Amino acid sequence: MPSPISPAPAKNGPEVRQQTPRARMRDAVGEPPWMRRLLIGLAILLISVILLVPLAAVFHQAFAKGVDGYIAAITAPDTLSAIRLTLLACAIAVPFNVVFGVAAAWAIAKFDFKGKNFLITLIDIPFSVSPVIAGLVFILLFGAQGYFGEFLSEHDIQLVFAVPGIVLATIFVTFPFVARELIPVMQAQGTEEEEASISLGADGWKTFWRITLPNIKWGLLYGVVLCNARAMGEFGAVSVVSGHIRGETNTLPLHVEILYNEYDFSGAFAVASLLAFLAVITLIAKKFLERGVRAEIKAAENMVPEQGALHS
Amino acid sequence: MPFSFKKRSVLPGFGLTFGYTLFYLSLIVLIPIGALFLKSSTLTGSEFWATVTAPRVLASYRITFGAAFIAAFFNLFAGLLIAWVLARYEFKGKSILDALVDLPFALPTAVAGIALTTVFSVNGWLGKPLNALGIHVSYTPIGIIVAMIFISLPFMVRTVQPVLEDLEKELEEASATLGATRLQTFRRVILPVLTPSLFTGFALGFARALGEYGSIVFIAGNMPMKTEITPLLIITKLEQYQYAEATAIAAVTLIISFVLLLFINWVQWHNRRKYSL
Repeated sequence: MPSPISPAPAKNGPEVRQQTPRARMRDAVGEPPWMRRLLIGLAILLISVILLVPLAAVFHQAFAKGVDGYIAAITAPDTLSAIRLTLLACAIAVPFNVVFGVAAAWAIAKFDFKGKNFLITLIDIPFSVSPVIAGLVFILLFGAQGYFGEFLSEHDIQLVFAVPGIVLATIFVTFPFVARELIPVMQAQGTEEEEASISLGADGWKTFWRITLPNIKWGLLYGVVLCNARAMGEFGAVSVVSGHIRGETNTLPLHVEILYNEYDFSGAFAVASLLAFLAVITLIAKKFLERGVRAEIKAAENMVPEQGALHS
Repeated sequence: MPFSFKKRSVLPGFGLTFGYTLFYLSLIVLIPIGALFLKSSTLTGSEFWATVTAPRVLASYRITFGAAFIAAFFNLFAGLLIAWVLARYEFKGKSILDALVDLPFALPTAVAGIALTTVFSVNGWLGKPLNALGIHVSYTPIGIIVAMIFISLPFMVRTVQPVLEDLEKELEEASATLGATRLQTFRRVILPVLTPSLFTGFALGFARALGEYGSIVFIAGNMPMKTEITPLLIITKLEQYQYAEATAIAAVTLIISFVLLLFINWVQWHNRRKYSL
């Protein structure tokens, strides 16, 4: 039995529900349901066509010659050496940029000095430089005709068109990632906890390891994940400084290009699927870590309510 | 202390971390970039000008800037729509959709390049139906635009989305209470707040598309004067050992990137001043 205040029979439920005051309130600042459905549908269509279809194509093409062909492609000696070189470049580039990122974030977030915004802009430069140019600058420095070319050839040191060049180019393109993630987290956290630690007699290192690092661990990990993904996948910069020698100066992305240009499409996609798989893992890790980073910033904001009250 | 550029603090380590930051920044970024400008100054003014305005170079600017502009313009609408849906609505699978937006950040550009080329090839999943309609994507300027849309989409979404999430519901309610239609509220209340982030997202995406190489070279066809982008032209010059020419073209590209970077920082700085109380 429908009473005046209970919801109407299911038959014309939607219309009646819309007439309750709460639903009408929502409508005042929202879109009608048909509009919502249309917009959601359009967004799903756009993301599917632009992003999901290419990703699916990688895995589809990778198995074009069956599982056996796939395994043969990713266990070929050249592929294995490309994997080794990619891992090596990451193992050097990521720790270097982590140390820099932590140092830069400490200086920028914990102290007030002139020209801070300018310094942050300088740190951002590698993001706005074309990868091709990132490779080019190291050839101008260390190539045979470069500024240090003569010195290097006299001492029989080869940097570009060799592994060190690949590592340098990788460091350049992944330079800002860790600093970029840590600066806002550490700025939100302020300096109160560290000051307390120092005034209680701890030294700088102890304060950093016991107070700062636990507070920024998610932000740091987030930066490392992004830095690592870019380091493993960098193509343009590495392509310019690599000697393109199969089995010697080929990273995974460069190996994908070589196989593709040799019309070994299923082989190229098989190797590419390793990188695509890494990208999917990165996205999942990113999603998971974002929650931790948000909690770190939020915890910092809750720590100092008096300050917020003073300023407002 | 008579003069100090830094405020006093009880925390230690400023000298060490600031010094190391400057040292590492100089070593990895500033000196190499400086070398590029130094090298391009070995050309005389007229040589430099002749190099960077050669017909083939001008054609590469046209195709690169044109395609990057069209891609950023497309993403202005696609990105706003996706950001709106992710910020405002709840639906099944939303978190997967949200994570997918970052795919172009995570997927190596070479992988994106061969995937897009295959998908849009004559027999590809999307290329076949488009071909039937008479639209050829692979090995044409449209292919360049498609790759640039792919690579720069997350910049727009991720710039606009947080602004939409922070937007106070009360403003829209007030607007509605005062008798504005939904469209009026969007145009007069929501859009003005979004505009700086739309500019920033546009500029970030545009800048990224200008420098992009990996995802484009596979799909573009790389025909001089027609589908040859500027980064590829730099590599071509390098492979022909024309270092000075490659450097001159790179210097022009780099200056344009820096102007864009300054513009983005200026918009953000201006915006922070405008909205902070």
